Amino acid sequence: MSDRLPKVEIFFLLILSAVLIFVIPILNSAVPTDHPFYISNYLVNLLGQYFCLAIVAVSLDFLWGYTGLLSLGQMLFFSLGGYAFGMHLMLMIGRLGQYKSDLPDFMVFLGYNKLPDFWVPFYSFWFAAAAALWVPGLLAFLFGWLAFRSRIRGVYFSILTQALTYAACLLFFRNELSMGGNNGFTDFKFILGKPINSPDTQRALYVASALSLILTYLLLRTLTLTKFGKVQRAIRDSENRVLFSGYAAANYKLFAFTLAAVISGLAGALYVPQVGIINPSQMEPSRSLEAVVWVAVGGRGTLYGPVIGAVGVNALRSWATISLPAYWPILLGSLFILVVLFAPRGIAGFLEFLAGKVLTASRPILPNTQIFTNSSLPKTSSPNPSGQESQKT
Amino acid sequence: MKREFLLVAEGLTKSFDGFKAIDNINFYLDRGELRTIIGPNGAGKSTFLDLITGRTRPDSGTITYRGNPITRLREYEIYRLGIGRKFQTPSIYAHHTVFENLLLGLKGPRGVFSSIFHRISSSEKNRIAEVLEIIGLTEKAHIPAGLLSHGQKQWLEIGMLLAQEAELLLLDEPAAGMSDEETEKTGNLLLTLAGGHTLIVIEHDMTFIRRLASRVTVLHQGRILCEGSFEHVQNDPRVQEVYLGRKHRAHNQPNS
Repeated sequence: MSDRLPKVEIFFLLILSAVLIFVIPILNSAVPTDHPFYISNYLVNLLGQYFCLAIVAVSLDFLWGYTGLLSLGQMLFFSLGGYAFGMHLMLMIGRLGQYKSDLPDFMVFLGYNKLPDFWVPFYSFWFAAAAALWVPGLLAFLFGWLAFRSRIRGVYFSILTQALTYAACLLFFRNELSMGGNNGFTDFKFILGKPINSPDTQRALYVASALSLILTYLLLRTLTLTKFGKVQRAIRDSENRVLFSGYAAANYKLFAFTLAAVISGLAGALYVPQVGIINPSQMEPSRSLEAVVWVAVGGRGTLYGPVIGAVGVNALRSWATISLPAYWPILLGSLFILVVLFAPRGIAGFLEFLAGKVLTASRPILPNTQIFTNSSLPKTSSPNPSGQESQKT
Repeated sequence: MKREFLLVAEGLTKSFDGFKAIDNINFYLDRGELRTIIGPNGAGKSTFLDLITGRTRPDSGTITYRGNPITRLREYEIYRLGIGRKFQTPSIYAHHTVFENLLLGLKGPRGVFSSIFHRISSSEKNRIAEVLEIIGLTEKAHIPAGLLSHGQKQWLEIGMLLAQEAELLLLDEPAAGMSDEETEKTGNLLLTLAGGHTLIVIEHDMTFIRRLASRVTVLHQGRILCEGSFEHVQNDPRVQEVYLGRKHRAHNQPNS
């Protein structure tokens, strides 16, 4: 389809890219630390982490806001990407670990004397980087193939994704999996031969995260403008009509679900070297629910709203977990309730309300304020003939 | 010599929780025919369309289209053979424009990747313009379909079937909820389509059916009660009893 990105949006994206990719790193590296415009290493690192989470939020919005698929397990794919890349980082520690062994510390601790075979290819950076994409993608493909073929929709789909991430979480807690058990992976030392915690490395990771976020946004935004995007939203609004218009809706959903998983895997792989740890707690269902909150707060069905939501909520979290640690869950919960009640289109909806129609021109309006769109509401599969006929006259 | 029917249903049976919605139906449809199906509420009319379009599977019996069995196919596969369906309640994409609704209906590749790389061609634009002309929505092309009136939504849905170039159109109450003028237009539209397309129309409105002057099939309790011209059916005492109800009263307004 030939819908184009509005010029205003391209202009805004260019400015934002320039700020995120050039201005911020320069303010961090080339400005004296006592200068008022200096941006600290700590802040650069934090922003890099936020951007990774924002990538997950954008991919989740692609599923939820545009396809009507509410995934409650999106952080599973993020974690798998993080684990795949973390395996490489563990191997790059070399003999600098606590036990001065070639094996990762947790393996020495558990009495391994040889690296498990499936770990060996992860010595390669590129293998690990690729695995961070295809492992989540493959899992999403298999799960989605089974779910969509069986016409699992709406809440049932959501609950299954939640069960999936919980099952994976329990699995990764087990030491037998050789993935570090409940401690996961940490104490990374090098990435591509560079010390991982040096400001230069962290700045490079920040830039990679910012760039990935912008490219992810562009990719998904462009997709939503194609005929694919129209079918996708048609599935959200009236899946039946789509089926009876000759589209195999399941294939469209499968594509969206797999793509979102691959993107979340990329985000995980970028996140782990910046935060310095990956463990099964990232797979806990509450973590994925938080991702849903980012999207809802930012504004579902806009793609840019979730970026604002993810960065905003996580900044709030960083502040709250230090200043008022006991109140963070209450704060997060209240935020979600307030948004659902009073700003169903989130921050983005509020911004668009302020900006009038300038930005909304080619953007689809969300159908309603429900968490599940009409088409994804559970329906009885076999229509009751008497009930159906009773609608008449 | 065996006649070549477009659509044949034989021994078709479907029950829901013991209730026989469709009970051993034999149904034959000629190419180019305009057929009306009538019947009281619960007669199984919509279920019959569900069975043809693959929304539900029959318990027994077969449906063949152009001689090929379609009973086991999925909805989108049946659609691709050229069977289009309009639902009882207008089912359109409310947040897409009228133009986009038709675009999604257009005949053509339906795959994920072809949709990603799809660029609208001038022939597609022309086809959409043609359909817009036929259904009389040219001026509404770029407004969200959700803003159309009820009657216009019905036409849009018919338009989506035309865009698809479906050979067999299944229309579930196309004139329901329409004003007299809209009903009149709809009738004209269907009459122009017959011949070029084959149509099955489910209706309640007797004046509308009389206007179509088509062969009528009467369904009652999942069975075919009788079949024939409007006059024939209207004068059949069984039809008058079970369908027109309240014997010999108000021939034209069975539903009132």
